[in-house]
Amino acid sequence: MSAFKTRLQALGQRDFRGLVLPLGLILAWYLISKFNLANSAILASPYEVWKEGYGQISSGAFALDLVHSVSRNLGGFVVGGTAGLILGSLLGVSRWADRLISPSFNTIKSIAIFAWIPLISVWFGMGEPAKIIFIAIAAFYPTTINTYEGIRSVHRDHVEVARVFEFSRWQLFRKVILPSASPQIITGIQLALIYSWLATIGAEYFLKSGHGIANSMIDGREHFNMGSVLFGVVVVGVVGAIVNQLAFKLEKHLLGWRNRTA
Amino acid sequence: MSTAITLNQSDIPAEVSAKRPSQWRQKTGQKLQQILWALVLPLLVLGLWQITSAHEWVSPQILPPPSLVWQTLTELWQSGDLTSNLQISVERVAYGFGVGTVVGLLLGALMGLSKTVEAYLFPTFKALSQIPALGWIPLLIMVVGIGESMKILVIAKAALVPVTVNTLQGIRNIPPQFAEVAKVYRFNTRQLLAKVVIPAALPSLFTGIRYGLTHAWLALVTVELLASSEGIGFLMVWGRQLFQLDLVLATVVIIGAVGLLIDQSLQWLETHFLKWRRVAF
Repeated sequence: MSAFKTRLQALGQRDFRGLVLPLGLILAWYLISKFNLANSAILASPYEVWKEGYGQISSGAFALDLVHSVSRNLGGFVVGGTAGLILGSLLGVSRWADRLISPSFNTIKSIAIFAWIPLISVWFGMGEPAKIIFIAIAAFYPTTINTYEGIRSVHRDHVEVARVFEFSRWQLFRKVILPSASPQIITGIQLALIYSWLATIGAEYFLKSGHGIANSMIDGREHFNMGSVLFGVVVVGVVGAIVNQLAFKLEKHLLGWRNRTA
Repeated sequence: MSTAITLNQSDIPAEVSAKRPSQWRQKTGQKLQQILWALVLPLLVLGLWQITSAHEWVSPQILPPPSLVWQTLTELWQSGDLTSNLQISVERVAYGFGVGTVVGLLLGALMGLSKTVEAYLFPTFKALSQIPALGWIPLLIMVVGIGESMKILVIAKAALVPVTVNTLQGIRNIPPQFAEVAKVYRFNTRQLLAKVVIPAALPSLFTGIRYGLTHAWLALVTVELLASSEGIGFLMVWGRQLFQLDLVLATVVIIGAVGLLIDQSLQWLETHFLKWRRVAF
């Protein structure tokens, strides 16, 4: 009884202002489709999207697509993110590595990742390895850059203080570099999560084989099924939001010790 | 009031400030050394590539020799195909990036400065930004067609998100102590903006614009790969369809060169504008 009451109180304290805009948009969408204010072939009604989504979910096609998309997304993210953390730390800490590798890295990085798709498709085919390689490239860049820049922007005075205290290399890394670089490293990981999801969609567009959320969107467009396309857009957004929410929680958890303005 | 030690020009020993010419020589020497170091890795890769194709360890269909890629590149330049396609691509990026940046800066600043605006807009913005620019393409094709406006909308959306996020974060991450000092000095809103918010948020803002332009270029390549009949991305698709990997690799080089140019010029701007930051390494 009291648990219910506290839950109700917690609900009352939540900020619902963020819901105003989306609800308003959905209402406008509903009204437009109800009174036929727009071409109905172009603007499917919310009901049609719902029906399409329900159909895909109950037939199991949705779960299949989702599992394929998410697992290749995570696979690529883990591979690319780990590689990025390692390279970024190396470049940030070692001057020699920085001199030797950074110019090449920055040059290669300038090639828009989607430009690799035609080459990847020739070299690795259209299957799963090609997609994972592509997603890993997308996650690799932001983690490398942000880890590097995070370590590079460590304040000179802090390092001098560490020198005065005669910190060992590990202490310097653990007590000075990591705490001051961590916000940027986490930004890198967040970006990598966003990029890898983008790359997942891209990989499914360009390397058309197997199942995936974007594959079903392309199919929807080819059959001029607006309901299916819109449902796909919503799913792409929801999955992205969940991924980002996890990244945000991670940031809060890891950076709780910093006093923040907002 | 302040106990900080200030160093005047006259405090510097004479022998330090007298070393100008040799200092300049040292600087160019360092620069040269840097370039040499930077060239080691690319030359190694290029050499390996040349050896691989000379011995035909890999079929030239899959990996054409560097000389052929270079030849294709010069032919593209001489025939004028390169400039005409590149011009179309650059125009698309300029329009999309312009629109995206202006809207992004406004949106980010509004949400950063007003908690109310943030409470209303941020969840929706976040939800919509989760959908990659790519996710909108099938929808946009159905609504506005496959023409120029679809491409510019996709590019604008790609630039908008990083600009907004970084502007917002830059303003939000201003240390509370700064705001407290401003309060102690009784800054008015304009002073607060000009002396605290903008300088403190500037690095982040710049990062946003940098990412915005990079994303815009990325989106352009994507959009042109997916749906276009001209532009640099189209050249690449064309090469892939004909299975001419030399053409594909040549366009990769061009796309990389333009991306590098964008990145370098923005980095140059950033270092010149943010010189006052003191960093350790």
